[in-house]
Amino acid sequence: MSIGKYEDLNDMQIDVLKEVGNIGSGNATTALSSMVGKMIDIEVPKVEVLAFNDAIEAVGGPEKVIAGILIRINGDIDGMIMFLFEQNLISLIEETFFGEAPPDIFSLNEAQMSALTEMGNIMAGSYVNAIAQLAGMTIDVEVPVMTIDMLGAIMSVPAVEMGEMGDKLLFIDNNMIIDKTSIQSKMLLLPTIDSLDHLLGKLGVA
Amino acid sequence: MGQKLIVGISDWKVGRGDDMLVTYALGSCIGTCLYDKASGIAGMSHIMLPDSTAIIDGHTTRMKFADTAIPDMLDKMKLMGASPATIRAKIAGGAVMFQTSNSRFNIGERNIEAVKAVLSRLRIPILAEDVGLNYGRTMTFWAQNGAVEISSTVMGKKMI
Repeated sequence: MSIGKYEDLNDMQIDVLKEVGNIGSGNATTALSSMVGKMIDIEVPKVEVLAFNDAIEAVGGPEKVIAGILIRINGDIDGMIMFLFEQNLISLIEETFFGEAPPDIFSLNEAQMSALTEMGNIMAGSYVNAIAQLAGMTIDVEVPVMTIDMLGAIMSVPAVEMGEMGDKLLFIDNNMIIDKTSIQSKMLLLPTIDSLDHLLGKLGVA
Repeated sequence: MGQKLIVGISDWKVGRGDDMLVTYALGSCIGTCLYDKASGIAGMSHIMLPDSTAIIDGHTTRMKFADTAIPDMLDKMKLMGASPATIRAKIAGGAVMFQTSNSRFNIGERNIEAVKAVLSRLRIPILAEDVGLNYGRTMTFWAQNGAVEISSTVMGKKMI
């Protein structure tokens, strides 16, 4: 049976998507971990199907300022991966690349922005490769794009592109943990509804 | 004592008197403030997409689209006693949040055009606008005098 709306997913399908998130983000976190030389864990992934306004609240609230890195994916799965990086993770990445971190999120220079974008690129590649292997799919990642702005404005991009046909967003939400502290930096996988059907079919739970 | 009315994504609300209307973090979406000075009736909408006619699924809210949200809100304001001839508009948003070479994703520009076309069709003059570019905007609108403040992380606060 195919899914017409994100809210039609059953419990078993949600569990399978959590596992997809687990495997994808586990791989991405391993890549990040080896780059920055720190133990980074992920919390148990959440699969959220939420109205736009609730989705933005769930990831931190509309006016929270954050670095957003967007990577569109296509091939057997269309959609996007969105990284939401907070100051503490940004500092960690910048220290690794340049030996020091900028004082705040607004004073990132071009090289520091590029470093973050590249980190997003590596992590998205790892995330997607893990899913592609699991489901026997081919998934391509596009060049990442990045901005620093209010979360609501950043999340309006997937809301517009994924939510055209409905009023809800589905995303698999992975929170990262560094040194046993939850750092509220996130990886979101947002598949289109058609791709979700295809993915669940490949994994035997369509 | 006026209320603080929060206008979400795909939403519109109408207020008057001491009411304050706020919509947070407009990205490619557009905030439209309609104000009738004579009656002091104020409406704010937050649309996501330009055109409802392109959407096959009829289950989605009319408040999401420029061509349905703004006329609906105007009707509500008229019901409350606003006079269409004296209504003026201020608009903000329509940014491109992520610069990409693929113009398929430039929904901000299409939203700006659609909102302007709808307002022109309804014969509502645009008094002020803060649209386009590449950053998010929060819009605050006071029903008392029609003042609108735009705040953003890059440009700070300004009145339009």
